[in-house]
Amino acid sequence: MGKEENILSVKDLQTSFFIDDGSEVKAVDGVTFDVPKGKTIGIVGESGSGKSITALSILKLIDNPGKIKGGQILYKGDNLVDYNERKMRKIRGNQISMIFQEPMTSLNPTYTVGEQISESYKIHQGLGKKESKRKVIEMLKLVGIPSPEKRIDQYPFELSGGMRQRVMIAMALACRPEMLIADEPTTALDVTIQAQILELIKELQDELGMSVIMITHDLGVVAETCDYVAVMYCGKVVEYADVRTLFKNPRHPYTVGLLNSLPRSDVDQEELIPIKGTVPSPDEMPTGCRFAPRCPFATEKCHNELPELEQIGLGEQIRCWIYTDEWTGDPEVKVYEP
Amino acid sequence: MSDPAVQAAVTTNASLNPRVKARKDLIKRFKKNKAALISFYVILFLIVVSIIVHVFQLFGITITPHSPSAVNLPDRFQGPSAEYWFGADHMGRDIFSRILHGMILTLGIGFVSVFMGALVGVPLGIISGYYGGKVDAVIMRIIDVLLAFPGILLALAIVSILGGSLVNVTIAVAVYSVPGFARIVRGSTLATKKLEYIDAIRALGAKDGRIIFKHILPNVMSPIIVNATLYIATAVLTAAGLSFLGLGAQPPTPEWGAMLNDGRGFMRDAGHITLFPGLAILVVVLAFNIFGDGLRDALDPKMKN
Repeated sequence: MGKEENILSVKDLQTSFFIDDGSEVKAVDGVTFDVPKGKTIGIVGESGSGKSITALSILKLIDNPGKIKGGQILYKGDNLVDYNERKMRKIRGNQISMIFQEPMTSLNPTYTVGEQISESYKIHQGLGKKESKRKVIEMLKLVGIPSPEKRIDQYPFELSGGMRQRVMIAMALACRPEMLIADEPTTALDVTIQAQILELIKELQDELGMSVIMITHDLGVVAETCDYVAVMYCGKVVEYADVRTLFKNPRHPYTVGLLNSLPRSDVDQEELIPIKGTVPSPDEMPTGCRFAPRCPFATEKCHNELPELEQIGLGEQIRCWIYTDEWTGDPEVKVYEP
Repeated sequence: MSDPAVQAAVTTNASLNPRVKARKDLIKRFKKNKAALISFYVILFLIVVSIIVHVFQLFGITITPHSPSAVNLPDRFQGPSAEYWFGADHMGRDIFSRILHGMILTLGIGFVSVFMGALVGVPLGIISGYYGGKVDAVIMRIIDVLLAFPGILLALAIVSILGGSLVNVTIAVAVYSVPGFARIVRGSTLATKKLEYIDAIRALGAKDGRIIFKHILPNVMSPIIVNATLYIATAVLTAAGLSFLGLGAQPPTPEWGAMLNDGRGFMRDAGHITLFPGLAILVVVLAFNIFGDGLRDALDPKMKN
């Protein structure tokens, strides 16, 4: 990082859901990360870690009873948190676009592919029928859909999952946004199609020079596509590093646990090592480090006090007591240090 | 979804415009239900007949056997005969002619009031379901208040405030149909709003108006249509009821409910005066109910095949 220009900086973002009985669920609790221009950043985490809510917060698509409670979302220096709905609409789809997990349900079944993609042009550029049709065909070609002139009049149900995801991407990129948020874009697809879609996103990124936020729970996808990674756990970023460092030198015990639980082709393994325990439910969130109850190295301090996200080395950030001067546990734990 | 046979069938049929194909499928499904099909033709026939009778009457030509208001006292209370097909009433007026002339009123009240009800109820339901929160709470509490009155009582109250006339009856029945539309549309909107493609279109920067009209309304259309059809039957019944109570059509208007009231005092001696208008109401209400049920079955994708 360092000298690179950030197109988006999320600083201490807090998004909560306020339940009827007066309780508050902190889905995103102080998330901080940067997206350098033209790069891909991965947000990894288990279900419920707040990664999708982070993405929706960036576009301010959080519905009642959810609310962005605090923090900043700096897009090209402007704080999107202060934007009103009208200004946000100009950003959505035009500057920052989003594609969703489920290509089956993300397209309106009552409109043709062409009609849906041209929505972007109608909304942001006010183009007429003929002009937008030409652009839609161009867009379908760009996302690698064969014979676009024919596809344009087809309905979503006539397309396969992979094709639909391509249509979704075409819709999202129609106005050439500078940033794409991909919320688990490949989760619902076959492995072979997954590879194709990831490849397509990468190609388009190079071609259009956009930045990408890739939200996933699949570390394989991260390794394949991302430049930087933010690992999230229970609404907080626990580790932020560039992708090579993260895979070579994971520091946070949670990241280490995630990597250990993956099958590897280079090591002969009898068994995978799971992370013990389960993600705590929002109403019984630990007071200290969120990961402490499952962490094999946790000390008294870990259970009682929440560590800050600290800068470690070049562009690496970590939220763990082990890497602070205050660490009182086993000094041997720092074996992960390079 | 990915069943190869289904996929193949879909792709071979797809050469046809899918929107046209969907409509054809719908008609095919509807036609399987014979009772509903017959009801549909009955409704169509009644509409055509009532319009013809009315249009001719506008030009001063009576095409029914008698004029609906021609009093012929010597023939009063006459039972059905070649001259008076459905008999004559207490003033010697031809009941058959009166029923034909009254049909446009009955159907008109049915269609107009339901249309007016939908015009108010559908937007309320969509706004309520789409925005949720306080807006939803306020709208739905008002709807609850309307629902708390039995329909006929509500209509009675409205007519007694506005005064008894056909127009006011139509308004009363419309008000009474608003809650039904609002509730049904709100429910469908809530379900549609949660679908991912609504999020997707919002993420593209679409305005609320565009989302509501282009993406939600088409998806809540089928419950609206079904509800409207079924409500016409209720509207006809309520309107006839109000006229029967003397709050709607005033004599000598040949409104069916009013005709029932005319014959009420002579039921023991000349039952035909109430029998035939009653049967007419029965036929219309039954036809709309069966047609509405058939339409619902045809439109409900879960019932497909």
